[in-house]
Amino acid sequence: MNEMLLPDIEAATAIVHPSLPIQLTRSRTHITVRGLSKAFDGVPLYQNFDLDIPEGRIVSIFGPNGCGKSTIMNMIAGLIPVDAGEILFDGKTLKETRIGYVFQQYREALFPWIRAIDNIAYPLKRAGMGKAAVKARVDELVAEFEIRFDLSRYPYELSGGQQQTVCIMRALAPRPEVLFLDEPFSALDYEMTLFIRDKLQDIYLKTGVTMVIVSHDLEDAVFLADKILLLTRRPTRIAEYLPFDLARPRHPDSMAESLFVSTKARALEIFQREVKA
Amino acid sequence: MDATIARRLLPLIGPVVFFAVWYGVVALGLVNKVLLPSPLDTVTFLATAVAKGAMVVDIWATFLRTAIAFLIAAAIGVPLGIALGASETAYRSVEFLIDFFRSTPSSALIPLFLLIFGITDANKIAIAAFAAVLVILFNSAYGVMHARKTRILAARVMGANAWQIFRDVLLLESLSQTFVGLRNGVSMALVIVIVAEMFIGSETGLGHRIIDAQQVLNVKDMYASILVTGALGYLLNIAFLVMEKRFIHWSGK
Ligand SMILES: Nc1ncnc2c1ncn2[C@@H]1O[C@H](COP(=O)(O)OP(=O)(O)O)[C@@H](O)[C@H]1O
Ligand SMILES: [Mg+2]
Repeated sequence: MNEMLLPDIEAATAIVHPSLPIQLTRSRTHITVRGLSKAFDGVPLYQNFDLDIPEGRIVSIFGPNGCGKSTIMNMIAGLIPVDAGEILFDGKTLKETRIGYVFQQYREALFPWIRAIDNIAYPLKRAGMGKAAVKARVDELVAEFEIRFDLSRYPYELSGGQQQTVCIMRALAPRPEVLFLDEPFSALDYEMTLFIRDKLQDIYLKTGVTMVIVSHDLEDAVFLADKILLLTRRPTRIAEYLPFDLARPRHPDSMAESLFVSTKARALEIFQREVKA
Repeated sequence: MDATIARRLLPLIGPVVFFAVWYGVVALGLVNKVLLPSPLDTVTFLATAVAKGAMVVDIWATFLRTAIAFLIAAAIGVPLGIALGASETAYRSVEFLIDFFRSTPSSALIPLFLLIFGITDANKIAIAAFAAVLVILFNSAYGVMHARKTRILAARVMGANAWQIFRDVLLLESLSQTFVGLRNGVSMALVIVIVAEMFIGSETGLGHRIIDAQQVLNVKDMYASILVTGALGYLLNIAFLVMEKRFIHWSGK
């Protein structure tokens, strides 16, 4: 048990440089989940659950409704407590790790009393950054995202897609080591989904940030992923942890490629097996 | 074009119909003239009473009592409500008391307050403040307790500590509901001030004026005073709605 909790030697010695293109960083484990248990009202959801999330990769979590996709991610992100088990980021605790989180309900996640731009700056202020540094970082994000709408508006004056874009910028502002996204597309129309999916991939290619995305849409789950974590019904286990190595950048056309089609079909097959089980 | 003008005029239909019915009832002699003067007589009386300044003194007295009672209630109710709302255990421990007294008509407590304060202005203000403070406190606490869970989590994930979450999220989340409390609180204060002016020896105020006019069957004065009281309550309500719209720009969005 104990040696499993130790950060692996490779992780401890590798030189990490988040600004390097991901191709140059070696794929190693970023998040280790060991012996995790969680029950709601006495009914177990996870029991002695283990999971490795690779560094600088995008992992999609997919599974039957109510199987605990949000719960596992929220436990890793520290939004809900675990009953037992350990979660380490490169051997560090959550407290020592910068994370970003994008919620499904962008309307309820943004602060409507401050302007969009101040929403983006909020985590930077909380981190104790000076005024000039905050402005520089926000400007950088605006350029990176090629924002064409007015960020001095209040969140409720923006469209859904614009609000979710602001949420993603806010989550990325402090240069998180891990970005968590809980169904980031499910409140968006298809056009906005394609746009934000593309933006996320851009950011990923630029920064190599580790991403964990929960999705209930198989297409979204597969499209962005390096690995697709397929979960069973509760009590939840890993049904399959599928790799998906299609070259990046991926475009909407990539969805016609045979590797995409076959991976999606394989995931669907496993999903259907698990739903019936 | 015509449609928008028509829509603008829509809110006027109610009052016009009201005065027309009033006028008709009196003109047709359906009601004893001693009990119901014509609307024209009433409004004329109202205009002269205000112009001569007699009624202004009473309006001012009532307004001042209501305002003082309200300010005391707000100064206690908002901070206390927010503090209680921030601590679930604190709120649960006094919830019953708040709900009980909120459900008790404050007018039932007038004799008790008479014992404590005697027949004074302080009494009228105290009981109105008591009635208003419960409404304000409850709403502020409710506003904090029902803050969006997602927003609190978002602040926490962004590194806000407990105090920062309170200041940056809970406090602002509760403002809409606090304004609901303030609006209801000022109405409540006015109700109690009017009742207190009627029944707790008073020389001034609209409540005093209404009951005085009734005693001597000066019905024109009575109706005029009732209209003014209604207008005062309405204007206070509007004032708070306007303030809410200005300061809580995100309310209801
Ligand atoms: N706070 C809670 N109290 C009780 N049950 C919960 C709570 N949160 C989640 N659950 C239950 O845990 C299961 C997993 O929830 P969740 O992780 O939200 O599912 P999903 O995979 O759809 O995101 C569901 O059956 C849900 O009903
Ligand atoms: Mg979910």
